[in-house]
Amino acid sequence: MAEATATMEVRKPDESVGVIDIKGDITANSEETLMDAWSQAGEGTRAVILNFSGLEYMNSGGIGLLVTLLVRANRARQRLLAFGLSEHYRQIFELTRLDEAVSIYDDEQSALASV
Amino acid sequence: MSTPEGPEVVEASEETKEAARDATFWAKSVSRLKVSDAPEEAAAINVEGKRLTSPIQGFGKMWQKTYQVRIHRSRVEPTELIATWKERFPEFWPEKNFFYAPLTGINPGEVALIDMTMPGRLKLSTGVMVLYADDESFTLMTPQGHVFAGWITFSATEQDEHTVAQAQVLLRAGDPMYELGFALGGAKKEDKFWEHTLSQVAAHFGEHDAEVDTQVVCVDKKRQWRHWKNIWHSAAIRSGIYMAGAPFRAIAKPYKRKNKSADGA
Repeated sequence: MAEATATMEVRKPDESVGVIDIKGDITANSEETLMDAWSQAGEGTRAVILNFSGLEYMNSGGIGLLVTLLVRANRARQRLLAFGLSEHYRQIFELTRLDEAVSIYDDEQSALASV
Repeated sequence: MSTPEGPEVVEASEETKEAARDATFWAKSVSRLKVSDAPEEAAAINVEGKRLTSPIQGFGKMWQKTYQVRIHRSRVEPTELIATWKERFPEFWPEKNFFYAPLTGINPGEVALIDMTMPGRLKLSTGVMVLYADDESFTLMTPQGHVFAGWITFSATEQDEHTVAQAQVLLRAGDPMYELGFALGGAKKEDKFWEHTLSQVAAHFGEHDAEVDTQVVCVDKKRQWRHWKNIWHSAAIRSGIYMAGAPFRAIAKPYKRKNKSADGA
């Protein structure tokens, strides 16, 4: 069984929003870690922000996970936002058209301001 | 190195390594697909100039389908399996379905054309772009008009004494017509397609009676009605129109050639 190589910490800057600080690699093996983090961050909030500043690597399995996460967030009537993406991963979000559903910001302040 | 600069030097080289890994495995960003070196027998009508579509842009319910087959590791290791799968990808497909692999092989950013046989001998011409490819997996993403909006990842991993070959599709039917087709047996046909492919991969490595395990999960039951207009790009409809025009193109061909040579002279 392949190991998950990402760690995710959850913060709640205020009651209406949860932030997931992602560190390491996101691959298909990160499913449990990511969904657990989302459950914590999403409890009672209207938006979840993904902090990709600590992201080292993501493969296509990781992008698939984000699509699944988006479906769950939509079902819970939550917005999904992101910041801290490197230029490369911004392009991957554009290529996979994930940027049409996940709002991308330069930093945490801008993301929080838009919630 | 115990110099004060030591850790910084190591960090920089790690970053460079990561950047190189990213650049090698992922396709470069493109807004529309471009077909180069298309074989004469393949039609690029439903690929050239099209945008890629993820499940977010699709119409139907969202599904994750996973097909797996186990092959004893004495027969093949994961990286060798993926290398072979990339190289011989079309050979493992069911009969009467054609995958025109790019001349340079399955590499990130390359576009491949596909001809599929539909019920009633109809031919559906479409294609895919290689979104991601490394030593243990590769992912193909669909363009507008394809039967489904999404991607399919082929991978191989070690599990106990086995190498597990897997195809995992994350998809929504592209438009209302395809969604209806899925409900009327298209989804089962798709399962059979990939089950056949995986059993062929296993057979290639000498595992002739390997059973394919299929898992189907409905990720989202909701249909995205705001995307019903995707039908405008339908490769099925456009391929039908293209086929109907074949006799006229055949009649016009000699005249076109004549005009070309006259222009040349």
